[in-house]
Amino acid sequence: MLGLGLGLAVAIPISFLQIFAPQPFRFLASAYERVLRSIPLLVTLFLLFYGLPTFGIRLPPFTAAVIGVGLRSSAYQSQIFRGAILSISENQFRAALSIGMNRIRAFRHIVMPQALRLAIPPWTNELTIVLKDTSMAFALGVVELVRQGRYIIVATREPLVIYLTIAAIYLILTLLSNNTLGRLEKRLRIPGIGVEERVR
Amino acid sequence: MTFWQVIQQSWSPMLDGLQVTMQLTLLSIVFGLALGLFLALGKVYGWKPLRWFCTAFIEIIRGTPLLVQIFIIYFGLPPYGIRLSPLEAAVIAFSINSGAYQAEYLRGAIQSIPSGQMQAALSMGMTPWQGVISIIMPQALRRVIPPWTNEFIYLLKYTSLAYIIGTPELMAQARFVASRNYEYFQTYLFAALIYLSIVLVFSEFFGWVERKFRIPGFEFHK
Amino acid sequence: MNKEKEIVLRIEDVHKSFGENHVLRGVSMGIRRGETKILIGPSGTGKSTLLTCINMLTPPDAGKIWLLEDEITGSKRVNLLRQKIGFVFQDFSLFNHLTALGNVSIGLTKVKGMDRKKARKKALEELKQVGLEEKASSYPAQLSGGQKQRVAIARALAMDPQLILFDEPTSALDPELIGEVLGVMKKLANQGMTMLVVSHEMGFARSVADEVIFMEGGVIVEQGPPAQLFSSPKVERTGQFLSRLSGLFGEEGEK
Ligand SMILES: Nc1ncnc2c1ncn2[C@@H]1O[C@H](COP(=O)(O)OP(=O)(O)O)[C@@H](O)[C@H]1O
Ligand SMILES: [Mg+2]
Repeated sequence: MLGLGLGLAVAIPISFLQIFAPQPFRFLASAYERVLRSIPLLVTLFLLFYGLPTFGIRLPPFTAAVIGVGLRSSAYQSQIFRGAILSISENQFRAALSIGMNRIRAFRHIVMPQALRLAIPPWTNELTIVLKDTSMAFALGVVELVRQGRYIIVATREPLVIYLTIAAIYLILTLLSNNTLGRLEKRLRIPGIGVEERVR
Repeated sequence: MTFWQVIQQSWSPMLDGLQVTMQLTLLSIVFGLALGLFLALGKVYGWKPLRWFCTAFIEIIRGTPLLVQIFIIYFGLPPYGIRLSPLEAAVIAFSINSGAYQAEYLRGAIQSIPSGQMQAALSMGMTPWQGVISIIMPQALRRVIPPWTNEFIYLLKYTSLAYIIGTPELMAQARFVASRNYEYFQTYLFAALIYLSIVLVFSEFFGWVERKFRIPGFEFHK
Repeated sequence: MNKEKEIVLRIEDVHKSFGENHVLRGVSMGIRRGETKILIGPSGTGKSTLLTCINMLTPPDAGKIWLLEDEITGSKRVNLLRQKIGFVFQDFSLFNHLTALGNVSIGLTKVKGMDRKKARKKALEELKQVGLEEKASSYPAQLSGGQKQRVAIARALAMDPQLILFDEPTSALDPELIGEVLGVMKKLANQGMTMLVVSHEMGFARSVADEVIFMEGGVIVEQGPPAQLFSSPKVERTGQFLSRLSGLFGEEGEK
């Protein structure tokens, strides 16, 4: 959750930079996105947790996990928002200007409401991914679901049951979040807006 | 140690790791494709129980973390007499996982083909099965190329998880190297650069293939 | 009373290039209050460019444009002037996330700062004017092309414009839907709205236009009352273009 929030907070400025900023910023934002999307999350986590102490920065595992998951997610989320904003046609913007709106109003009242609706399904998807990625924090020794499971296994010698239980918990969490956001999407649905899209 | 020294000292084990990584990726994507085809066709065209099974399978796999799936296969099965090597366990886990995702892409592509195509096929006297094989699938497979190449890249990155069960892929090698030279940051940075360049190479290559084989009207509209 | 009505729009020697492409090469014209002028000419001639220059969606490179006393070109209050110039797009460009009513009222609430209730009432009146009050709560995706374009006209009307610009308002419509849009436009013309219309509907031009302007190669080639221009054009090119038009679309009778 924290990771997703951090991702969101970073993603919005990044996507704006990519669309509206002058060249050097635009390039930097794209490079940021591209690099983070190209490196496995696990490597990012390792760099943060094991790598940073080289420079005297020692992050607690939980913080490192939140930052790692958040940074990765920000790269994907910025892509979601950029895509959504760009998919609202230029003509909508022109039409808004033609009735006398200034650029900021046109963006806020015409482009944003449409873009946000378009962004809901991919954003839901991203939420599920972040949820599942939290399991990778295991590698950093964060005491969370998977790890808890490992402790119990040592005691019970019933690995399959334990892991299946963990899987079931994740499954319920993802189904629950998909369901909630799916309902939100339906409530906000407007005929003619929205495409079905499921990406990993 | 300078970054350059780290590279010089570790490139050989890292390249070994990269080789395992690629092996893992390629094997899993191919098995995953076979599984994905089965699941997608089953979900779209299968009779009720099969359809239900495929849907549940896809949703369960997509709804649980890959890491947990790996654990189930590697640690969960041995008490029942199924002992797998780390590499085998990793390939099986990745194939199943990727199969579920590939099935969803395929299903999307199949359902994006207008229903008129099937009607036209039937009206020519084809059986439904013939219609699927010779009219729907060739179109759907073209449409599925872009999401499929994305899946390849995802899988490539996710294979790094295999280190946890001791598969000697790139990530595991990086850990191994780092535990000896104590240059954690530089070693992982080196690993990151390798992943970055290999992902960039593949995505550029796929982009090139897509442009090269584009058929008018078969652009995949995101 | 003055016999000559006041000039609403005045254009003087407007030039516009896109890179090497010199699209508008010195266009001058004027429209008086209540007049309807029809702009015709081959595709790519710069008709759309001229219209978007007028409301500064495409700022001209040179030349001047006035709306009543205000010079639009170089004005710092473009948004204010745009409120006074309605624009109807070829592709409707309705706001997809808003109902018909929302499309018409958003300019009133967000640009003019009118309160919601009043805006709603006015928007409903405008929808009635175009015959669509019962579609007020439909979204654009639920409307036919003709209905969309009528909503777009209502959206322009709601701002109480001094002038409305129409860029081929019927050319994206199925033939059987063209009539309902032209009907609304004709009604507006009769009510004294000032309009500049790019359209190749000859029947409409003949019955509504005070003047037809033929543009080609970025300049006005000839202008005059429809009866005169259609029957005895002074410039040979005008005649050629008109005969090709009637060949393409068929000569419609008076509407
Ligand atoms: N935004 C633009 N950028 C570059 N060229 C443009 C732009 N808008 C129009 N043009 C060019 O200007 C010329 C005139 O276009 P337009 O005004 O749309 O003609 P018309 O409406 O008469 O068919 C065309 O050659 C077109 O390609
Ligand atoms: Mg045009």
